[in-house]
Amino acid sequence: MIIYDFLYKFVFNITQSAAIGDITAMIISGALPLLILVLPFTLVAVWLERKVSAHMQDRLGPMRTGSHGWLQTVADLIKLLQKEDIVASDNDRPLFNLAPILVFAGSYLVFAALPFSSAYIGSNIDLGIIFIIAASGFVVAGILMAGWSSNNKYSLLGAMRSAAQIISYEIPTILVILTIIMITGTTNLRTLSEMQTGHFWNWMIFGGAGLSLSKFLFIPFMLIGFVILYISTLAEVNRTPFDIPEAESELVSGYHTEYSGMKFAMFFLAEYANMFAVSAIVSAIFFGGYQSPIGYLGNTLGLPWMIPIEQFLWFASKGVFFVLVQMWLRWTLPRLRVDQLMALCWKYLIPIAFVNLIIVGLITVL
Amino acid sequence: MAIKTEEMVLNMGPQHPSTHGVLRLELVLEGEIIQKVIPHIGYLHRCFEKHCEAMTYPQVIPYTDRMDYLAAMGNEFGYAITVEKLLGIQLPERVEYIRVIMGELQRIASHLVAIGTYGADIGAMTPFLFAFRDREVILNLFEITCGARMLYNYIWVGGLSHDLHPDFVRLTREFIKYFRPKIVEMNELLSTNRIFIERTANVGVLPLETAINFGITGPMLRGSGFKWDLRRDDTYSVYNKFDFDIPVGEGKVGTVGDCWDRYYVRILEMGESLKIIEQALDQLPEGDVTSAIPKRIKPPVGSVYKRVENPRGELGYFIISNGTTSPFRVKVRAPSFVNLGIMDVLCKNHMVADVIAILGSVDIVLGEVDR
Repeated sequence: MIIYDFLYKFVFNITQSAAIGDITAMIISGALPLLILVLPFTLVAVWLERKVSAHMQDRLGPMRTGSHGWLQTVADLIKLLQKEDIVASDNDRPLFNLAPILVFAGSYLVFAALPFSSAYIGSNIDLGIIFIIAASGFVVAGILMAGWSSNNKYSLLGAMRSAAQIISYEIPTILVILTIIMITGTTNLRTLSEMQTGHFWNWMIFGGAGLSLSKFLFIPFMLIGFVILYISTLAEVNRTPFDIPEAESELVSGYHTEYSGMKFAMFFLAEYANMFAVSAIVSAIFFGGYQSPIGYLGNTLGLPWMIPIEQFLWFASKGVFFVLVQMWLRWTLPRLRVDQLMALCWKYLIPIAFVNLIIVGLITVL
Repeated sequence: MAIKTEEMVLNMGPQHPSTHGVLRLELVLEGEIIQKVIPHIGYLHRCFEKHCEAMTYPQVIPYTDRMDYLAAMGNEFGYAITVEKLLGIQLPERVEYIRVIMGELQRIASHLVAIGTYGADIGAMTPFLFAFRDREVILNLFEITCGARMLYNYIWVGGLSHDLHPDFVRLTREFIKYFRPKIVEMNELLSTNRIFIERTANVGVLPLETAINFGITGPMLRGSGFKWDLRRDDTYSVYNKFDFDIPVGEGKVGTVGDCWDRYYVRILEMGESLKIIEQALDQLPEGDVTSAIPKRIKPPVGSVYKRVENPRGELGYFIISNGTTSPFRVKVRAPSFVNLGIMDVLCKNHMVADVIAILGSVDIVLGEVDR
């Protein structure tokens, strides 16, 4: 928000036009997460994923492009840009072209409501969490479109599975988020982060701020809630052990089999952006969002301008930590079968999340 | 217009990452449930059997390598003892022992590929690379022995192409010491993994009776709970001098004869192979490995059938000799080919993802199916 105001004043002083100032500030602050976070993060995360998996498997991974291959993703991206954009004659062309944009838009919309630091949040709306859940629904539509328009049986199977999976797993996600809303009484992610200020024992995973009896009663239920939320976000971003829609060994990448070049890169980008987004949501809800666990260096040194930067770094590192856990899981676990995945969601996660919700509600009331 | 449902035909392969080569499976689906599986083979057919008729007996050996290319030593082994039986020659002790060592090392290497790719089929990439890392050590042992890593042309009729490298015995002992903990590691990482068990236990159950009716052999038959191993039951070479167990499927996590049992039999067999190699290294006699190789192979008129226990099952050679230097007819009973025939029975009423799990547990090599 501070960044938006600053940009608005800056442009307004030069052009003396409120409209231009507004639009420029909006565009720039809207593009900021893309430029400073999503693109660099994707570039680093793809490289990191290859390195992490390589070192887990006694390999070296990419080594040739740059020191320890850190330029590999850039090289891959350039290669993908040069590739021919193949659209098969049987594809449903308009849907086929629209699908990757929709998938990427869905995952990028989420970034609008993520609280990066107290100085910057794309759009500080009161319904932050609800908006994120709604926006990620776009991804399902995009995936279904991609699978249908590809006119390929494998892609169709992948898309159908994916839609079923994402919709099912949104239910436990929402139930856990409801639990949090019940305790905190807010759906604004910034307010939620501000409530967890101070030290790490004020985080929601440790029952939230304050020192009351209910705080200690909350702790076990918060842990359960965290585990459920993490599992269902894994399923929502199609990561192992829930990568059934794109199961390499069965469906040959599922819904994006038919895509090549930059359109394929859009899916790839969306996947990694999504990975960070869900990790950021988990950390915003349970792990204090952008709040530092140990206090700020800016406070100690008496330099208040440092605090937002520190907050951004904390937010990013918490997000990256959970992304690393996702990678770790991916390279350790096999894949579930589609009916087992549904059974896990409907038979275990949803009932547990529901009971959790009721118990937390009772504690709140009492 | 009336709404109707119809079955969908899904073509899996020949270009598919999990059909282990160029197998094409025609799946008739109702939703994701399999109604019928029709395997189509022949994409890798090389006329091996016909080709042999134009070759002299020793010239056939490099071609046998290319059948089950993951267990080339086993193929040569089988061919060599079949022709030796036709010729009626006696081999030096050392040759027999080295053949057994090579055959068992090859069995471990082949099972490692089977287990590793099985993990990859189920979705776990790491066990796959761990398996290949360990297989690399075995391939290095083969490389110092005969220079080749995959297709060896090492076991000849009447002997071996080379004697062992001076370091071979030491390196093999080191390998045994290195490999035992790796089996435990594989069990911790994959065999006892909850998700892996969910995917493989009670999937593709093969009852013993069906297995015998279909002529299934090797780890698949043993996975269904029948102690049948040609190394013990129709012993050849010097296998009767070693003490080893025949692991069978016990249904530890599901039903006897499910995918997990077939997988686990392979894990246990690697341990038994290590035992055999250890005993063979201890008893390894001195001698000349090339002394018994005949100058000119011209067997008398007649026919012979001889079978060996290859990593994938019973590999049999039927050779008819008409008294010339080339075989009149060579027929191969390829275990992968016979085992593949049961796919339809195993897959019925399973899901698409299970086809991959079942095919991986059948463990076929297309080079051998098509020959």
